[in-house]
Amino acid sequence: MTTATNQPKSNSGAGSELSTERLLHMYKQMVSIRLFEEQVNDLYTRALMPGLAHLYIGEEAVAVGICEALNRDDYITSTHRGHGHCLAKGAAPDRMFAELLGKEAGYCRGKGGSMHIADPKSGNLGANAIVGGSVGIAAGAAFSAKHLGTKQVAVCFFGEGALGQGLLYEVMNLARLWDLPVIYVCENNMYNEYTHFSETTAGEILARPAAFGIPAESVDGQDVRAIYATAKRIVDQVRSGKGPAFLLCNTYRYKGHHVGDVNREYYRAKTEEQRWMAERDPIKIFTDWITGQKLADQAKLDEIQSRAKVEIDAAAEFAIKADYPGLDEVEEDIYA
Amino acid sequence: MPEVAVRELTLGEAVREALAEEMRRDPRVCLIGEDVAEAGTPFKVLSGLVEEFGKSRVIDTPISEAGFTGVAVGAAMTGLRPVVDIMFGDFVTLTMDQMVNQAAKVHYMSGGAWKVPMVMRATLGASRRSAAQHSQSLHAWFSHIPGLKVVLPSTPYDAKGLMKTAIRDENPVIFFEDKMMFKFKGPVPTEEYTIPFGVADIKREGDDITIVATSSMVQVALGAANMLEEIGISAEVVDPRTTWPLDEKTLIESAKKTSRAIVVDEGYERYGVTAEIASVIATGAFYDLDAPVKRIGAMHVPVPFSPHLEDATIPSEQQVFEAARAMCKRT
Repeated sequence: MTTATNQPKSNSGAGSELSTERLLHMYKQMVSIRLFEEQVNDLYTRALMPGLAHLYIGEEAVAVGICEALNRDDYITSTHRGHGHCLAKGAAPDRMFAELLGKEAGYCRGKGGSMHIADPKSGNLGANAIVGGSVGIAAGAAFSAKHLGTKQVAVCFFGEGALGQGLLYEVMNLARLWDLPVIYVCENNMYNEYTHFSETTAGEILARPAAFGIPAESVDGQDVRAIYATAKRIVDQVRSGKGPAFLLCNTYRYKGHHVGDVNREYYRAKTEEQRWMAERDPIKIFTDWITGQKLADQAKLDEIQSRAKVEIDAAAEFAIKADYPGLDEVEEDIYA
Repeated sequence: MPEVAVRELTLGEAVREALAEEMRRDPRVCLIGEDVAEAGTPFKVLSGLVEEFGKSRVIDTPISEAGFTGVAVGAAMTGLRPVVDIMFGDFVTLTMDQMVNQAAKVHYMSGGAWKVPMVMRATLGASRRSAAQHSQSLHAWFSHIPGLKVVLPSTPYDAKGLMKTAIRDENPVIFFEDKMMFKFKGPVPTEEYTIPFGVADIKREGDDITIVATSSMVQVALGAANMLEEIGISAEVVDPRTTWPLDEKTLIESAKKTSRAIVVDEGYERYGVTAEIASVIATGAFYDLDAPVKRIGAMHVPVPFSPHLEDATIPSEQQVFEAARAMCKRT
């Protein structure tokens, strides 16, 4: 597949009910995630970051569109490609960077790293390095919410690669049987690591949740307004007690599977990447809409971007200067 | 001195009583598993609980061990205290990612931000003529993983007190019950008590040899100790009760006192619980030992169906007796 066809029609008109302030906030969130990820790539290439990271660039509209439709105390579970989810749900970039660099000031005190950012204050149950590993946890959080009558919902982010894991189907069955307030957000970025999803995914993706009686639909994963509008409607339904839902977001991973995956031509063509970036970039699509609607001019958006850049750079600087945890902490937090 | 109520419960009844008391005490406790409600499990350990606590707290599931264990992990992180029921301990294989990669690591990986107060009940033990997929004792696997606690009760008294502690613990706990001991009776006080983790219990005092035994093997060790007494050997039987945390001090002190130790466990001998405990004793009591520490575990074979073959694979009183006699150099 070499064309940018991984999206349905745009949900035109969505977003018009939002205030300009809110829309510009969403713009800032998307820009911040991209700048964050570009900074991560830079930290990696400068050998300042131990290990690897999986970049979310190209998929920013999904995390922002979904999380903007959630309350702060709603739950999310995230994935190995999770920086965008964590930031969109309210994590602070400085503590995120600190975690990525293995520093004491990080969200996990340096014990989790890029793939395990967790933050109770923003409802983030944790990013998970096992593909599909958090689908049970998300359903469990929804189980608690229902059992305790808190009206919270849980969003389970996962990539299309997790469609290959059996746990997902066990848990979707349970979620439907028990009417759990959980929303399965499948981010189809088209690649299970280094393999196109068409080589790993039989049948229609949406037929899978439908088989359990879970309402399922897809949305253009590059259009933040469409994602927000769809998510808002789904979240309201799920919160009202109607049970689980499934949202397929068709998107694209601009970068490699991880920061070290730079030569990708053996599994996808450069022209495909270039086409997505030129034609389907989520920030550009949102920018064009905002300026077209005259909600803000380009200068205003540039100013937002500049401020975000200052914030992200300062956050990275904070992390670089932060201390590593003391060796005495290696045996802390094994048990509560 | 006031008269203390003396009564006997089976191990199954003791577990049920612990669960019922904790569910009355704490509305966050719920039971999740296959056929836990009206059926009360195939072993009937949970009979009557759904009638008292209702189907919102005693929750039947599809046959999806990984799925409902994962739900329990998430529920535990967000305010409940689930007890999941794994009917046969062999089925823990289906839950391993949820227990080992998720439950065990959530607290550490999040730098202490999240915790997972859940209990997994599972069974162990062969000799039920159930063949290789319903007979294993896989507690060593969990004992190997930092972040988990592993409980192996050997009496109704211990089962009740340890289960209450397990439910109140802030961490994932795996609680293995010997499926052949559910009808085994013993005294259980009517008044409230709990038993702390990491505290071994000396089931019988002795001077000549220490027999460390777990779960199903405690009665085997006590039987062997009676046989040894008849030939003039005084055996001490020590039950660690939890393989993690492990009461290394009591094990070492007993071995120092008697100068000999045998470790008996129904899990596989190779790379198993007997290996770890023997190592603890060999290191900690080295200068007081008169013989190498002896290990007796299950034979390294899948549990066979045919009864006389199956019986040959698990440690017996006779085997423990003969090993102890040889170590004490008696004929």
